[in-house]
Amino acid sequence: MKKMLLALSLCLGLASFLAADNPVQLNAAGATFPNPIYSKWFDEYHKMMSNVEINYQSIGSGGGIRQLEAHTVDFGASDMPMNDQQLQQAGFKILHFPTVLGAAVPSYNVPGVSTDLKFTQHALAGIYMGTITKWNDPEITKVNPGVNLPNADIVVIHRSEASGTTFIWTDFLAKASDDWKNKIGSNASINWPVGLGGKGNEGVTGLLKNTPGSIGYVELIYAIQNNIPYGEVQNSSGMFVKASIDSVTAAAAAAAKTMPDDFRVSITNAPGKTAYPISSFTWLLIPAQIQDAGKRDIIKGFLKWMLTDGQKDCAGLSYAPLPAPVVAKELKAISLIQ
Amino acid sequence: MATSSTPTTVGPAGFPWSPQAVLRRLRGGDAIAHMVTLVFAAMVLLITVLLVGQLWVHSSASRAQFGWHFLTTSVWDPVFDNYGALTFLYGTIVTTVLALVIAVPLGLGAAIFLSELAPPKISAGLSFVVDLLAAVPSVIYGLLAIFTLLKPLSTTVEPFLKRTLGFLPLFQGPAYGVGFLAAGLVLAIMIVPYIVSVSREVLLSVPGDQREAALGLGATRWETTWKVVVPYARTGIMGSVFLSMARALGETMAVTMVIGNTPKISASLFAPGYTIAAVIANEFAEATGTLYVSALIELGLVLFLLTFILNGVARLMMAATQTRGGGGRT
Repeated sequence: MKKMLLALSLCLGLASFLAADNPVQLNAAGATFPNPIYSKWFDEYHKMMSNVEINYQSIGSGGGIRQLEAHTVDFGASDMPMNDQQLQQAGFKILHFPTVLGAAVPSYNVPGVSTDLKFTQHALAGIYMGTITKWNDPEITKVNPGVNLPNADIVVIHRSEASGTTFIWTDFLAKASDDWKNKIGSNASINWPVGLGGKGNEGVTGLLKNTPGSIGYVELIYAIQNNIPYGEVQNSSGMFVKASIDSVTAAAAAAAKTMPDDFRVSITNAPGKTAYPISSFTWLLIPAQIQDAGKRDIIKGFLKWMLTDGQKDCAGLSYAPLPAPVVAKELKAISLIQ
Repeated sequence: MATSSTPTTVGPAGFPWSPQAVLRRLRGGDAIAHMVTLVFAAMVLLITVLLVGQLWVHSSASRAQFGWHFLTTSVWDPVFDNYGALTFLYGTIVTTVLALVIAVPLGLGAAIFLSELAPPKISAGLSFVVDLLAAVPSVIYGLLAIFTLLKPLSTTVEPFLKRTLGFLPLFQGPAYGVGFLAAGLVLAIMIVPYIVSVSREVLLSVPGDQREAALGLGATRWETTWKVVVPYARTGIMGSVFLSMARALGETMAVTMVIGNTPKISASLFAPGYTIAAVIANEFAEATGTLYVSALIELGLVLFLLTFILNGVARLMMAATQTRGGGGRT
């Protein structure tokens, strides 16, 4: 009898102890590109609010969208905005919140060339469509005077697996060339007319290093962190811009003026002299209606923190932060989460 | 066991199946063992059936849309939702055949050496190493291939093949390093340990009197090995080859790292290609849209059926060689 009472009181004590803490766990899944900074953010947020734990799984944008639609996660993340068909299929309203910026840069391995090459939009589109096949094609030589481009075949390299970087690249090419837009289109995974597929940024870089005369696209952060040389791209104002944190943020700032309220916008080929044309947002996908009040407050709190203090973490991980006008617009949009 | 009671119902062959009779028999250990092992065997069958069922059900959208054309179309376009399995089927079959062509002579030769011709100590030592090789994860083979195989292929081996055998369409075209040849080589390296270890075991188990009889009739050492021992072990060797073929068909990571990941059909071995397992691994995580996901799952179903059919053919071949005489084991 005494033993039973002791056991019972211990259990109640333990239960009350646990209940007092009341840890809330949220689950999220999605894009792989922002995984490093999301991990850092969720970790820091947990340090600040010890009863909040956000568990993020980078299973890919497609996986994130699928899990969000199936209600197995509380919110998702995607490198591509959901299109109208996907939003309709979801059955409930989903809000998009841009978090950081990414960019794709053209890297190459041309024997005898060690300087930064300049590429026009037509050049990149032609190379990737297979219509421009030699390095000394006039489209490339005319903007690179003084560079000795050999009469070698261009070996095109792209990503083999579906990727947000491919989406950014093909989105840009679709704007650069109507042919590309009509015949090939833009997506995380497309029917490439030419080229070899490398797995991940590492695969593309490996192929670039081993294949003379090759050109491929890699993610900007990867290029910066691994000291991979890359070229300049001509933006819509005619200037040749080399991708950097500043030029990518400038692209978003320029697009902020015409940004739609749901933030589902493509900022490739953004206006502005210093804007890097192959940039893109990455988004958090938050349901507009969250039943659980606790979870709702946590998500809103996290978004506010992410847009103000969280952005300071971007520089350390080489992500381009959101420009001020976009942050202001997003802070207002948080109130849409009911 | 419990034949003393009078059963109320009688099943096939007069077997007592009444509840009391069953319960009585269950108290005996034999019956419990029988049931438990039966359940385990049934579970394996159940898992296979469920697997195929899931593949069938989730690929229904793609099957309804494309029908049999899926197997004959070579387009793979996620943007315009047009899918076909031909390029992947071609890549899977080509890389597997190439791997077998390289690995079988190599593996069989090594097995013969290890079982018949090598001193026992060397045989035991090398066999141990070969068994270790069989346990290396495939991703490691892929990484090794990237660092050690691609460069020599693109700078030395492929140009050499082009110069000497370039009149064959198999060895034409630009040499990137990645492609069918690289993938076939990686797969061959991965399946050789299986062929060596299983064939060696089978060759060692050939009864000594077979060898002695041949030697007694005046055969040389090599004639004994090649004309008596190996044919005797034929079925087991074929079993090991088909086991390795099954592995090569489904190999994913090592292949996707060196095959170039381009869904195109080319006659040349230097050209990049794609296999079913590689495309599923690459594209499934980010695939959105019912038709896209369904097409990828249908590819999985195609691979399953391909493996199933090839294994069935293998079994039939092994059964045929067995009935033709020459002893042999399964």
